[in-house]
Amino acid sequence: MANPPTTKNETAATKAPAQPVTVMSVLAPAVGWLIPGAGHLIQKRWIRGLLLMGSIVIMFALGLVLEGHVYQPNGGDILDILGFVGDVGAGGLYILSQAMNWGHGAISHATADYGTKYLIVAGLLNFISVADAYHIAIGKKP
Amino acid sequence: MTLALSHFSAALLFSVFASVVFGITQRNTTRDQIRYGLYCFAMFVGGVIVAGWVMWLLRR
Repeated sequence: MANPPTTKNETAATKAPAQPVTVMSVLAPAVGWLIPGAGHLIQKRWIRGLLLMGSIVIMFALGLVLEGHVYQPNGGDILDILGFVGDVGAGGLYILSQAMNWGHGAISHATADYGTKYLIVAGLLNFISVADAYHIAIGKKP
Repeated sequence: MTLALSHFSAALLFSVFASVVFGITQRNTTRDQIRYGLYCFAMFVGGVIVAGWVMWLLRR
């Protein structure tokens, strides 16, 4: 037996309502990407913003101090491409590291690879932070 | 300036920062955020210790 045909109204009711595009829903993720935690700060989530900023900035700085490698934009090995995607998540920190030519020195100790992982994960954590700032901006999260 | 951390201290610092971000972003209320952050931290550190013992057993 065939399923009864759904009316146009029923289909529309089952769809998730479209999120309104507001200035904050665009600004918060953009600012949050550029300056980790700032997406929360501009929405007056002071403690959350400062904790996110502290965690991500310290993690990125530790990655540099541990002599981690900062990936360049590349089209070669898949792991290098993914490394770049992770690094670029740190936004302004990545731009600053490129401008100052940080993360390209010779590695002098065995645990320097942790630094590379710190840099990548700092960027990935900032992506999560940006998504959270967006969810706050559209009212999906308090 | 360079810094050389031990494997464990590097994993411990990693756990702290990742847990803070996970706690804040994955839960809504302050209480749940703290609880989830602590849970993530315990899982990270516990995972490190378990993995260490597994590697020790494999090496024997």
